[in-house]
Amino acid sequence: MTSELIVFLVLSLVAIAAALGMVFSRNAVYSALFLVLNFTTVAVFYLLLGAPFIAMSQITVYAGAIMVLFLFVIMLLGVDSLAPSKSLPWQKPLAFSLAFILVVESVYLLISRAQPNMVVTAPDIAVNSMDNLREMAMTMFNQFLLPFEVTSVLLLVAMVGAIVLTNREKVGRK
Amino acid sequence: MDWTLWVEWIVKGFVLCLILLTGFAYLTLYERRALARMQIRVGPNRAGYQGLLQPIADAVKLIFKEELTPAKVYKVVFVLAPVLTVVPSLVLAAVIPLGTSFTFFGRVITLYVANLNVGVLYLTSIASIAVYGIVLAGWSSNNKYAMLGGIRASAQMISYELSLGLCFAIAIVMSNSMNLVDIVNAQKGMWFVVIQPVGALIFLIVTLAEVNRAPFDMPEAEQELTAGFHSEYSGMKFALFFMAEYQKMIVICMISATLFFGGYREFWFLKDTFLSVDRYWFLAPIYLLLKVVVLLFFMIWIRATWPRIRYDRLMAFGWKVLLPLSLVVLFITAAGILLEQELHNSIYFYSIPILSIVCAMVAVVFIYRDLRRKSNGRV
Repeated sequence: MTSELIVFLVLSLVAIAAALGMVFSRNAVYSALFLVLNFTTVAVFYLLLGAPFIAMSQITVYAGAIMVLFLFVIMLLGVDSLAPSKSLPWQKPLAFSLAFILVVESVYLLISRAQPNMVVTAPDIAVNSMDNLREMAMTMFNQFLLPFEVTSVLLLVAMVGAIVLTNREKVGRK
Repeated sequence: MDWTLWVEWIVKGFVLCLILLTGFAYLTLYERRALARMQIRVGPNRAGYQGLLQPIADAVKLIFKEELTPAKVYKVVFVLAPVLTVVPSLVLAAVIPLGTSFTFFGRVITLYVANLNVGVLYLTSIASIAVYGIVLAGWSSNNKYAMLGGIRASAQMISYELSLGLCFAIAIVMSNSMNLVDIVNAQKGMWFVVIQPVGALIFLIVTLAEVNRAPFDMPEAEQELTAGFHSEYSGMKFALFFMAEYQKMIVICMISATLFFGGYREFWFLKDTFLSVDRYWFLAPIYLLLKVVVLLFFMIWIRATWPRIRYDRLMAFGWKVLLPLSLVVLFITAAGILLEQELHNSIYFYSIPILSIVCAMVAVVFIYRDLRRKSNGRV
């Protein structure tokens, strides 16, 4: 248990540091790299909780595919380093008030939910086994088939939209 | 936890790294000799018997070369990029089973470093991480050629990763497991390449693109981009890129062997003879090595004979041909297996390879007609 705690503490330090680095770095590429580091540490958290499937999906989808596309766009546009830009006037007060609401909410939840004798346990060994993967697929494709399909249609629409937008530009140039 | 378990893991990891590093060194020699043979030359044969010491000489040369860091590079990323390229190529091999197991002083030692139940997903996740090294090398060099090489590499690898994932899915559907050991054992009766030849072929094509080998070596097309993403690298840092490419070749051949060619298993018709890996455990790594050597030979052969494909055609091939074809093939495989299970009629199972091959032929006809149309009938 103690070794797990040590790993958790070290990893959370890394995750928080990476998140801060992402926000404060002036270079967009460095920001993206910090975000990748953050995603990877989160994946290790999932591993610690005994959910290798989610951990691997996290790395493949977020750290791999999505962030590579981000990096790609950053490099193509050549916005390597941000000039000290004029921020929108209403952005700061809005961000601060939203952050304040979030802090209040989480503190309230923490106080109301955390009972002294309640222990959060890791999921049992069944999560780690092959049956769990099967179970998950069964639930996803039987019970939640409609949301799954709706999500995929949503993504498809976004993709078609992107293609249509670029196509119109080309036609206009001709 | 038992301390001997730690020792076992460390020793296994160390041995695996050693195998890959030696494999890299001798793969360079293998490739140079094989290429020379195909081009009616002799190739390196001076250092040692038949040039067997050539890799060592090359290593010494590379270590003592001057290392240059251009003034305007982004230093941290410039140093980090080669490391980020090499590490995934080594780590990737951890889940590949090299054999069954043997008893050593009363301890059962398995011939794989990790037996993950999500082994295939592990492979896809590490493969998607492997793009970073090349992209970052291109960007941090602060050089237009390197940048173009990096962008080309990332676009190419992302595009071909989709078909790669679908080919993984074909193997998963056929073996009913994501565990690589289970996938190998499922091929005891019949290799997957026999049931799904088109899937295996797509996989082999896609892996060529994933490791940036000819004819898909656009990221380092020397006539257009000097040396692509590693133009600014020299000395040991360049050697790391070189090493990563060849290690990836080895590992990806191991993966192809595992997914479609029976992994460490013998030929399916030898399964009950004295040549079976269930009889003698030490045969397993030998079979795997043989398969990897043959697959590597195909990679070298393709490099020696095929010209580089144009970049827009490369992308069109990936998105318009390989992706739909692998989707169709995956559908045929899944439907065939499901129908066989539900209706207990093996005719559905045997229709999988036939239907897949028909689909592949239709695809080939379409490509041919498209090329004919574009070149005004001169193909």
